[in-house]
Amino acid sequence: MSIYALFNNLPALLVVVPLLLSPIAALIPSGRLAWVTALLGNGISVIAAMLLCSVTASGIRITYFLGNWPPPWGIEFVVDDATSLTAMVMAALAFLATLFAGRALASEIAAKDVGKAYAAWLLACGGLYGLLMTADAFNLFVFLEISALASVILIALGAGQDRRALIAAYNYLVIGAVGATFYVIGVGFIYAVTGSLNMADLAQRIPDVEAGSIIYVGFGFMVAGMLVKAAVFPVHIWLPAAYSYAPSAVSTLLAAIATKAAIYVLARIIFTVFGGVPEVTALALEWVVVPLSIAGIFVGTIMAIYERDIKKMLAFSSIAQIGYITLGIGIATGAGIAAGFIHIGNHALIKGGLFMAVGGIFLATGARVSVDSMAGIGRKMPVTATAFLICGLSLIGLPLTAGFISKLYLVRALLDNQNLLIVGLVLASSALSVVYLWKIVEVMWVRPAQVDVMEISERPALYIPLWVVAISNIWLGLDAGWLVGAAEAAAASLLGAGG
Amino acid sequence: MKDNVILRVAAKILFAPIIVFGLYVQFHGDYGPGGGFQAGVIIAAAFILHALVFGLDAGRRLFPLWLNIWLLAAGVLIYGGVGVASMGLNGLFLDYNVLAATQATGQHIGILLVEFGVGLTVTTVMLLLFHAFAGFEPRDFEGGDSVLDKGRSRDDE
Repeated sequence: MSIYALFNNLPALLVVVPLLLSPIAALIPSGRLAWVTALLGNGISVIAAMLLCSVTASGIRITYFLGNWPPPWGIEFVVDDATSLTAMVMAALAFLATLFAGRALASEIAAKDVGKAYAAWLLACGGLYGLLMTADAFNLFVFLEISALASVILIALGAGQDRRALIAAYNYLVIGAVGATFYVIGVGFIYAVTGSLNMADLAQRIPDVEAGSIIYVGFGFMVAGMLVKAAVFPVHIWLPAAYSYAPSAVSTLLAAIATKAAIYVLARIIFTVFGGVPEVTALALEWVVVPLSIAGIFVGTIMAIYERDIKKMLAFSSIAQIGYITLGIGIATGAGIAAGFIHIGNHALIKGGLFMAVGGIFLATGARVSVDSMAGIGRKMPVTATAFLICGLSLIGLPLTAGFISKLYLVRALLDNQNLLIVGLVLASSALSVVYLWKIVEVMWVRPAQVDVMEISERPALYIPLWVVAISNIWLGLDAGWLVGAAEAAAASLLGAGG
Repeated sequence: MKDNVILRVAAKILFAPIIVFGLYVQFHGDYGPGGGFQAGVIIAAAFILHALVFGLDAGRRLFPLWLNIWLLAAGVLIYGGVGVASMGLNGLFLDYNVLAATQATGQHIGILLVEFGVGLTVTTVMLLLFHAFAGFEPRDFEGGDSVLDKGRSRDDE
């Protein structure tokens, strides 16, 4: 394969490499080798995503015709600034989560399941990358199902630790299937009146459709389906159980990348596919997405305050953080969407780091991590606990951390829009998130260690991915230039594509 | 059901024709209705009929689990391999045109291999699902060393 062919096929390689390494990982009897395969697949994805980023940064919008069938007949992959930024964030976090999984997954699930777990792991990653790449509304549904079914397997693997993982996985399967079905019903309506499935083609045809009400119905179904997948309040109920009962490595992977792809698709649908009918999308954004985001921010934060189990607390906090992202996207200005994309990147880093740290503590103590069992961890496991603290401060949005940049740009975008009430609500919710984080920090450092956790020692193998994430949180807080620039380009390409 | 001579003889007579019909559907898929999905289900039906009549153990002797899993993965890899091969020949993913000297031959080869991969995977997935559900017994929840078992044993070592 020549270098030219390699570069030409980058969009396909990002999706195909993990998907094809998956059956190979399933056949490998040794869990360790399967992990190496997963690491290889995700490493190649990171390189492909980086190259795609550098191509789109130079202002090129990549289109790729699968099987050389031109759209609207064939399936098309499109990579613009929004795609490459999300792909870069997801690939990097998936790679770090895989690095973390090497030790974590092997000690949480039965040895004979490890190889197959990595097969599902690669399948989930490949499916999620596919969601980003595809510019075909039905092909998107296929990738949605690939990633969802693989995620269900991964969540169910937590049953070795806690049988409630089976219920969590089943709930995710059913609720996720309802979401995907809503999406495909919406696609059906739109296909019936436009006769096309290609997103760019749809964007051109939808404004000319006579039967306006069908557009409303189709749009409503598609958006509702993706809101379920993105776990936006009040259709988030599958998320807390799924994240908290899954093995720690799986929680890290899913929390960092799974909902991000769904949010990206949501933005794609609203701004690209239905970009030509702003009267339809403005209604949904103003009356559905923004109010639900704000409700989600508060419900997630308050639930997190009252939760004792750390993984569940982080999952509730994810709902609040998803609310910040969709709020940014919901205000639909260039600055707002850019703030949403900045937080896609930062939240992936924050939650990835927090779940890794909790996974590390879980591996060391061998029991579910609750607020009480974290007593004295700060002195017993200083390296892990410090990384947890950094990511936690970033979650609150303290200056000099990545989370601050997210909040700054979100508030700035809201001020541009004269939404003083929402600004107040965002700031109030940030203050509330201090409550649940401080609760943990206090227990970790101030309260004395319980007697039975005296012999805790840390696992150095977990340091590298954890500290890469923690340092990135600080680095992106000090120098957010790249992320902000990429997010603004992403917002511009999303808003420009529909016009 | 293996005590019933009529079922046994009927299953033996039908087994080969079902597979032949499956192969017909498989290769017909290049030109018209048919293809790997439908053919895969039909061929799997032959093996499922055999297992229903002669018992699950006989079915697994005919088509062992390890072979099932290997062929399952092989089907996916054949499908993806065609795509990777076309990328290697300076085409796009699954671009059959570059697989041979002329476009028509390339399309023939490409669709034949891809449908073969689909058929192989569908057959083996159907069989695996059948055996997974038919072989499922409540006692699997009690013992076993799989997912349902506590994974803590490694820590105890």
